Amino acid sequence: MSEHRQPRGPVDRLLAANAWVVYVFFYAPIGLLIFLSFNDNENVSIWTEPSLRWYRAMLDDDRILGALRNSLIVALVSTIVATIVGTMLALALERYRFRGRGALDGIAYMPIIIPDVTMGVMLLIFFFQAIGLIQDVLGVTLRTGLGTITLAHIAFNISFVAVVVRARLGQFDNSLEEAAADLYASRWQTFRRVTLPLIAPGVAGGALLALTLSLDDVVVTQFVSGQGSTTLPVYVFGLVRRGVTPLINAVSTVMLLASMLLVALSLGLQRSRGRTGEGQADLSEFVPTTSQHEETG
Amino acid sequence: MTQQATPALEAAAEKARARNGFRIALPAYAYLVIFFVVPLLLVLVYSFASRSSTGLTVLEDWNFDSYARLFSTDVGRIFLRSLVLALSTTAICLVVCYPFAYYIATRGPTLRNVLLVLVMIPFWSNFLVRTYAWTFILGSDGVVSQISQAFGGEPVRLLFTNTAVLIGMVYGFMPFMVLPLYAAIERLDWSLIDAARDLYASGWTAFRKVTLPLSMPGVVAGSILVFIPSLGAYVTPAILGGARTTLMGDYIVGQFLTARNWPFGSALSIALMTLMLIATLIYFRSGARNV
Repeated sequence: MSEHRQPRGPVDRLLAANAWVVYVFFYAPIGLLIFLSFNDNENVSIWTEPSLRWYRAMLDDDRILGALRNSLIVALVSTIVATIVGTMLALALERYRFRGRGALDGIAYMPIIIPDVTMGVMLLIFFFQAIGLIQDVLGVTLRTGLGTITLAHIAFNISFVAVVVRARLGQFDNSLEEAAADLYASRWQTFRRVTLPLIAPGVAGGALLALTLSLDDVVVTQFVSGQGSTTLPVYVFGLVRRGVTPLINAVSTVMLLASMLLVALSLGLQRSRGRTGEGQADLSEFVPTTSQHEETG
Repeated sequence: MTQQATPALEAAAEKARARNGFRIALPAYAYLVIFFVVPLLLVLVYSFASRSSTGLTVLEDWNFDSYARLFSTDVGRIFLRSLVLALSTTAICLVVCYPFAYYIATRGPTLRNVLLVLVMIPFWSNFLVRTYAWTFILGSDGVVSQISQAFGGEPVRLLFTNTAVLIGMVYGFMPFMVLPLYAAIERLDWSLIDAARDLYASGWTAFRKVTLPLSMPGVVAGSILVFIPSLGAYVTPAILGGARTTLMGDYIVGQFLTARNWPFGSALSIALMTLMLIATLIYFRSGARNV
């Protein structure tokens, strides 16, 4: 089927050349960064000899380790909460009809579509007002910090988890669940024994995506973090804006490789057991388009 | 094996099901209302508020001053620059990605999946770091400059210019274009193209009259998905741009984190969201006509 699609002769060679250029464009900057992170020289642009000097410097830097610890706490908590809530959201939207479903369907995708900057602005004002309100009513003074960062990350991660799990749910009709119900399985048993095993790869893929997004977020975090509660990307962002140092290259390389690994795992999980036919359409589900997906099904 | 149900029982079961659905949706519903809908409304409220001399936002003396300021020349210039850059980014992505997506979609199933994964991995990996990597290519002793000097030319510093921001945005948002285009092309009914060729259409004519119109939904979706984040870009101009390349994204951030003018920042955010909404509507309209 696919063979006769392939254009022949010069057209195909041009297409292939274009594809090569695009892949080089995608990977060359990444490769260069990784390469330069092993440069021993203080000056980033003068290559002397390969060394792990800057990786050792990174492990000795308390601020970097502190920011990393913050990042991990926020990412773990927000991923766990967003995965549970997002999976429930996906189930409700995909399997049930209820009042307010249409509105929820609309709201659910907005945190994905809205730009980071506006999301950050919204949450900054919200937390400012909320903290003021709590102080007036309860007399308790709260501050922005890891707590507000975590709440903000959950807000955007719920939507991403829901999209991924929904794509998975969309691949199965609910006849298996109905069969379980006919055999007098309780709702919980049906979910535990039938639905969950079917969607597990989607849930795990969504969770890994949430983890990646939380570990990488700069913009929203910058708005809702407080004194002494920066995450690793926000800290690195601050360093980058002040200038390029070999230390940033080492930290960046670690961050980049960690996120690439998580993405690869996430993709692998989402595609497992979905290798037949629709397997390819799967990947495009990753992109939150609006009209496309109804047809893919 | 289903039991014989009367209509009344069926209606009751339906109702119970709806109740369950609502219960399952409730945590997400509540969370998104509190942490998304309410904050959105607060931004709208703030955009009409006034600002005290010390930079605090005063939630009284409601006015349209912040919106009036949107029409000043300074702000207009920033809006225009953002718009031009976002449109250029979208256009470049479209021109490069259409043949790219076409190439992937016309390979065999195994190769196709490998090629797609190779697009997805950089797409979802750390955006900040990927943008930062470009400083080594565009800086005054970066790769571009060194190549230029190797050929006897002048040192070139693209970093901190509009060109650098454009390159960074094309790089960052290109996968948003590839994936919907791929999805649209992969789904094409190839027998229609065979039919066109059988009727003696040239390759180009078959492409123009059959392939392109049929893949239009992908073009529309991809363009929206690139245009929207380009218009609100913040990290890219912050790292690759300079003082004279302020875009809407970093301008808004500045209002909140340095200038401390929250009402004006809110009005800017509302304007940005409105522009996106308009862009989305225009795209959908034109898309619907072309399909």
